[in-house]
Amino acid sequence: MSDARKVLIDPLVDNNPVTLQVLGICSALAVTTSLLPSLLMCLALTSVAALASAAISSIRNRIPNNIRIIVHMTIIASLVIVTDQLLRAYAYETSKQLSVFVGLIITNCIVLGRAEAFAMKNGVGMSFLDGLGNGLGYSAILIAVAATRELFGAGTLLGFQILPLTSDGGWYEANGMMLLPPSAFFIIGGLIWAIRTWKKAQVEKPDYQIHEVHRTEIY
Amino acid sequence: MSDADNNATEEREAFDRDSTSNTLTIAIGLSLVCSILVAGAAIMLKPIQEMNEVRFRQRIILDVAGLLEPGADIEEGLDRIEARVVELETGTYVDSIDANNFDPLAAANEPATSVAIPEELDIGKIRRRAIYAPVYLVSDGDELSQIILPVRGTGLWSTLYGYLALEPDGETVSGLQFYDHAETPGLGDQIEDPAWRAQWVGKKIYGEDGEPRMEVVRGTVAAGNPYVQHQVDGLSGATLTGRGVMNLVRYWTGPHGYGPYLEQYRQAKGT
Repeated sequence: MSDARKVLIDPLVDNNPVTLQVLGICSALAVTTSLLPSLLMCLALTSVAALASAAISSIRNRIPNNIRIIVHMTIIASLVIVTDQLLRAYAYETSKQLSVFVGLIITNCIVLGRAEAFAMKNGVGMSFLDGLGNGLGYSAILIAVAATRELFGAGTLLGFQILPLTSDGGWYEANGMMLLPPSAFFIIGGLIWAIRTWKKAQVEKPDYQIHEVHRTEIY
Repeated sequence: MSDADNNATEEREAFDRDSTSNTLTIAIGLSLVCSILVAGAAIMLKPIQEMNEVRFRQRIILDVAGLLEPGADIEEGLDRIEARVVELETGTYVDSIDANNFDPLAAANEPATSVAIPEELDIGKIRRRAIYAPVYLVSDGDELSQIILPVRGTGLWSTLYGYLALEPDGETVSGLQFYDHAETPGLGDQIEDPAWRAQWVGKKIYGEDGEPRMEVVRGTVAAGNPYVQHQVDGLSGATLTGRGVMNLVRYWTGPHGYGPYLEQYRQAKGT
């Protein structure tokens, strides 16, 4: 049980796919201008990651090594297409906003990375939890970024006005830069900084230090 | 990992998963399962998706006509819109075709129901168009209040699909809206920006010579120049998309598009 807990909880902060492994950045920049599409994107990615991991794990002992990646991609791609079709049927307008980014889950490093690193070596249940956990870790960051961008960029959350804009006679001057892609970089950078200040273990050692390496090699 | 799992792994250890036969079995089996899954989802969800598409387009027509105020009744708005089919070359109404079931995009793909656009006229770069095309007439009481024309043309990456709404004078823009395109997010998709679309309102599509004159300029429109009434600001970072919009508006209001229809309409009105 504690194993399952660890697999599920670990990717939320301690081993977050976005802030620690810096994966899945492309969609994190693209879909986070407002909260609603981001939530849908999180839902799509989390379900694909969980189901793909479970499916790959269930046939892991039969997957030939030489076509391993193609098998992963086929499973992930099929799940993504089904997800995309479902979104188009039941969340039509938001799915239009997400445009290509749902399709691009196929190439999302988080999904393929978990399939290759975890699902190929672990049981179906654990792999499902691992995919779910990593999807939720991605979601946590996406939701934080999207909430920040929508709130300060447009003064709204999920479309509801929170900060009255000066253009409508309120006091808040909308920060237009928040709606542009670079702001997502700044916010993710800030999050990485904040998390590493809180969890010192995530701070990486410098790859090498010129003087020390030089001398130890001589001795 | 549980004991059962361990045993299963050991048993399978004996079996050679890298053999050619297993590789083929997995490849074919997986392809079959996945294709059934994908095809099944696509077919089962198609009716719902098509309904969404139709509703979405109706909403856009209402929106471009300015009838989509929050809380407004969509059905009531739709009642004010009459769809009719026009033969583009002559500009006359064709009543033998049911406008509500007429799909100009499907018709443009059939050789029998479409014409190739001569290259020098094909400024919207769409190659073929249907012989007939729908127009949507919005009435306010008994008065005609707007004419809505479906338009499409090539932007930078993709075909832009939208609607152009005209005042009853047949030459003043009252709205422009795109419902489908795949232009660059953040740059080309500024064509959806309400502030930019609002600039089109009140512009005249024809110059004094009667030729389509609408222009998306580079940068901002210079105040006081003689063509102000035909010009809207360019979109920064989306010059080519803006040019695509300009060309498609010119094409569809021009002699190979709805030009003859609009001309007849204006003559009939006596303007």
